[in-house]
Amino acid sequence: MGRYLAQRVGQALLVLAATFTLAFLLLQALPGDAVLIKFLELGLTPEQLADIRIAYGADAPLWQQYLHAMGAFLTGNFGYSIRAGVPVTQLLAENLPSTLLLSALAFAAASLLALVLALLATLGGQGWVRALVRSVPSLFIAIPVFWLGIMLIQVFSFQLGWISIISPEPWEELILPVATIAVPISAPLAQVLIRNIDAVLAEPFVTVARAKGASHAWVLRWHVARNALLPVLTMAGVLFGELLGGAVVTEAVFGLNGLGGLTQQAVANQDVAVLQAIVVISAAAFVAINLLVDLLYPVLDPRLARGRRTA
Amino acid sequence: MSGAALPLRAGWPRLQPGLLLACAVLALVLAWAIAPGLFTARNPVQGIPGAQLLPPSWAHPLGTDGLGRDQFARVVYGARESLAGAFVAVAVGLVLGTGLGVLAGARSGWVDAVVMRLVDTLLAIPGLLLSLSIIILLGFGSIKAAVAVGIVAVAQFARLSRAEVLRVRASDYVEAAYGSGGRFGAVLWRHVLPNSLTSVLALAALQFGSAILALSTLGFLGYGAPPPTPEWGLLIAEGRDFLARAWWLTTAPGLVVVLVVLSAERISRAIGGART
Repeated sequence: MGRYLAQRVGQALLVLAATFTLAFLLLQALPGDAVLIKFLELGLTPEQLADIRIAYGADAPLWQQYLHAMGAFLTGNFGYSIRAGVPVTQLLAENLPSTLLLSALAFAAASLLALVLALLATLGGQGWVRALVRSVPSLFIAIPVFWLGIMLIQVFSFQLGWISIISPEPWEELILPVATIAVPISAPLAQVLIRNIDAVLAEPFVTVARAKGASHAWVLRWHVARNALLPVLTMAGVLFGELLGGAVVTEAVFGLNGLGGLTQQAVANQDVAVLQAIVVISAAAFVAINLLVDLLYPVLDPRLARGRRTA
Repeated sequence: MSGAALPLRAGWPRLQPGLLLACAVLALVLAWAIAPGLFTARNPVQGIPGAQLLPPSWAHPLGTDGLGRDQFARVVYGARESLAGAFVAVAVGLVLGTGLGVLAGARSGWVDAVVMRLVDTLLAIPGLLLSLSIIILLGFGSIKAAVAVGIVAVAQFARLSRAEVLRVRASDYVEAAYGSGGRFGAVLWRHVLPNSLTSVLALAALQFGSAILALSTLGFLGYGAPPPTPEWGLLIAEGRDFLARAWWLTTAPGLVVVLVVLSAERISRAIGGART
């Protein structure tokens, strides 16, 4: 177990370092010394520009800049936003909370939706109902997130007039964005749940439980739930990435403040430091989530831990 | 040993109505892209003065936009933009990804380790952020957006082709080919690649759909083709300004995207299922 742990943590750190390196090279590859674009517009003299270059560390050799930037990232200093002229950390602190709230709500809604779909598809009603519900996830994946958001505004705000877009309450403002992100996220979740529940229901121990007179609810609660829910954990990292991407697009559609707006501005203004920080932080979150799941899984599923010990 | 049968011939999928429909949708959209003039006589870029925001009718099946342009013509001409972009994206992902994957699977050792850590890194960055990072470097434009979307697909192609190479390499006939004096490159070309083709093709079809989705998202955000170009994502972005007055402007292009992506997914499943 100790060796597995060290190996796994080492791998995670390696991926993080590689992500940082890629992001750093991106900054360097950008044409026209992006750091100085802003100051050129101010009409400074060449001497003043040279001083600023030194102040930003842009005159040092590449490897020194690399080590310096890495040290700064490790201490939570992500540099300055060229356009806004404030530390990137400050921009992140301003924009992260609303995006996190939106994503968390969307994830909760997606989980609920996926669970309902999976139960309907495996245990619900007539055969044709199940077949129909089984095709829903493919449809959900095929819908462009931004278009879904626009359609929801179209139907619920303009046609039905249920949700005001002029001056919505804070909670009212979040209903449609949460639904917009939740629909595509629920699809892969539902697909995996359906596959798992099918597999568990075909297991001999379920047949035995049924033969012993267990009720439907009993089988679900004691046999299906645990065995079908656990594998969903392995999707956590991928879902996180989808959630973040969905939030970025959705915030653009609904004009919400958050990481999405920040990302859009960064791309429009070639504000590389901001995008670099967002990329590295989201990759770090992805790596951390996957590491946690890998380490947690053997604890939750003792069969795996035992298997590894004997192997 | 010359009869390395084409894997696709091993078993055609039974023709199902859903699959037929999916093929029909893609064929129609492909025809739009190749010869848009056959489907609409109207100009997709030049509007008719005085015909702004007309609802759907016989003259304008999908209505007209804020500049009096026929929306159906814009959707039809937009197929070229979207399909060409998706082809470029899939080609970039397929060539780079399969190249890396085959290299990793064939060479193993440290080459394998380095390539797979690179793939891990690509997978660690959320797809949209990865393509935005490439766009910030390359700039805006349809080809640049397509390349950015293609890079995101590299990791998946690399993973799949590596796994396929390892799978085929472990089989008896590859061992036999080596045993009868086959050289590494010859065995790879003759036995490993043809036998990996089916699953790579299935992934390519799936990625084609994802690329259309991703490209329309980038187009919507304004990083793809510049405005007068009829690109599906851009059409939806432009229609957004008239949500309250002209529902048809956003609804139709979005439905086309959904249908094309669904069809690509269906065909991918048919190809993938043909093997087993």
